[in-house]
Amino acid sequence: MKKKNKKLLRTLGEWTWLTPSLIGVLVFFVIPFCVVIYYSVLDNPIFANFVWFENFGKLFKNSAFIRASRNTGIFTAAAVPLSVVLSLWLAFALNAKIPGKSWLRTCFLCPLMVPIASVVLVWQVIFHYHGTLNQITELFGAEAIDWLKTDWSYMVLTVMFLWKTLGYNMILFMSAIAGIPQDIIEVAELEGAGGWYKFVHIKLRYLSPTILFVTILSIISSFKMFREVYLLTGDYPYESMYLLQHFMNNTFNSLDYQKLSSAAVLLSLVMIILIGGLFLAERKFGEDVED
Amino acid sequence: MKKKLNKYFLPTLLFIFALTAAILFIMPTVLTITNSFMTEKEITANYGAMIESASADKKTYISEELNLKFIPDAVSIHQYLSVLFKSPDYLIKFWNSVILVVPITLFQVLLAAFTSYGFSRWQGRIREIIFFAYIILMLMPYQVTLVPNYLVSDYLGILGTRWAIILPGIFSPFSVFLLTKVMRRIPKAYFEAARLDGAGEWQIFWQICMPLSRSSMLSVGLLVFIDYWNMVEQPLILLSDEEQYPLSVFLSQINTGDVGLAFAVAVVYMIPALLLFLYGEEYLVEGITYSGGIKG
Repeated sequence: MKKKNKKLLRTLGEWTWLTPSLIGVLVFFVIPFCVVIYYSVLDNPIFANFVWFENFGKLFKNSAFIRASRNTGIFTAAAVPLSVVLSLWLAFALNAKIPGKSWLRTCFLCPLMVPIASVVLVWQVIFHYHGTLNQITELFGAEAIDWLKTDWSYMVLTVMFLWKTLGYNMILFMSAIAGIPQDIIEVAELEGAGGWYKFVHIKLRYLSPTILFVTILSIISSFKMFREVYLLTGDYPYESMYLLQHFMNNTFNSLDYQKLSSAAVLLSLVMIILIGGLFLAERKFGEDVED
Repeated sequence: MKKKLNKYFLPTLLFIFALTAAILFIMPTVLTITNSFMTEKEITANYGAMIESASADKKTYISEELNLKFIPDAVSIHQYLSVLFKSPDYLIKFWNSVILVVPITLFQVLLAAFTSYGFSRWQGRIREIIFFAYIILMLMPYQVTLVPNYLVSDYLGILGTRWAIILPGIFSPFSVFLLTKVMRRIPKAYFEAARLDGAGEWQIFWQICMPLSRSSMLSVGLLVFIDYWNMVEQPLILLSDEEQYPLSVFLSQINTGDVGLAFAVAVVYMIPALLLFLYGEEYLVEGITYSGGIKG
């Protein structure tokens, strides 16, 4: 009996370390998220009639929501792979024998620390209709383009996104490249493997967990691009820059709980499916590599 | 001949590419800093067109070209003087940022150290599941977490106050994830040895675990700080009084109005982040590296 008490006490002791954080997470994230799920299947919070998936149906017919998710989707699908490939390339470049590596690394990391709000002025001057970029392209005889108010804004978003995220991803890849066992590459060289073979079948396989992680991280940061757009163009950007967060903000303003909750639930489902799918894909590709 | 070409030519080409990219990367920051030393008159002359089209917005571009200038005609600290002494607004907004971000960073990391000790010292099935839930939560974008945050702040009656941002910030699971990874690498033998010497868990935590993970806590703190220093979404939704907006949100408004001062304010805003970066680049790199092992 006494022994049992002692064990119970010990278990309690172990759990006290987790309790404050658990309470906070439950109160601020988990419980309210359950409420959000509950709201998403009601017709309104006061009368509380179950309507099941009606709110989701309405959401799919909402043109603002469709445009917002379409824009966010297109941007993410274009910018994330680009970010992964470019940062991988940069990481290999900085791992090669070139001078001034630590200076270069500092330059690439710098955008990570500089607040977006601070450099947004420069972006504005560059991408303005009468701005620097148009002046440069006009030197080559090209037509001036209104970068922020046409579909070219996808490109502007991508440039700002790459500027912000490449440094972080590059560091992740550099440490992963340093972790590739050298002896395997030497064996492959002895057996006459070419550069391409070494890259695809050895290096990429060892890097695949990192590629997965960088992809997930980049997807998350791509959802944060609202900051840049908001600082650059305010509440009402050109329609191709109308992102999911704009939709959420506007819905918050009208306090439409049903729309908000069903959008949040839908988005969390999409994220879980996306991340789960990426995990499965990585497991398949990197399965012969033991950690 | 071909070998020699490969030996010198390729690295040089690579270096030139990397160098060009690096220069492009620091350019926006450098330009912001150099432009902050222009006189307000020079700024308005060069960038006046930006305000004009932003306010009119009728696709009638009456104004002349924007001239992105690298070096000011006359170096002046007049902008800074105006920001510091003539317009207290900016300093108040700067202070708004500080009192939101500093408590969040400090307490998120401290609480995370405590929690991570619990996650790394003992392991079990339930704890693993909870930890996995933390990872999922960490990966959710703001668009998902802001709705629950809003509901609970409303329920607790803190909506519209700073607590609505600070409290969820403190409990955000990001640091728990990173610090647990770090603490799980500390050899178990250290803890066991201390245990045998009669140390309690509290003592082991403060005297063994904390000193060993101090540098990682700095790295995590840096990442948390920069994330919140940049925040835009939360204040827009959770704060109702514009007086409480942090400088990150407020800067977007002067971009169109007070261009003459905007560069100096921008520089003042990036100074804390830049100083932390110059001081802690190694910590930052370490922190990023730790964040890489989401699987193991």
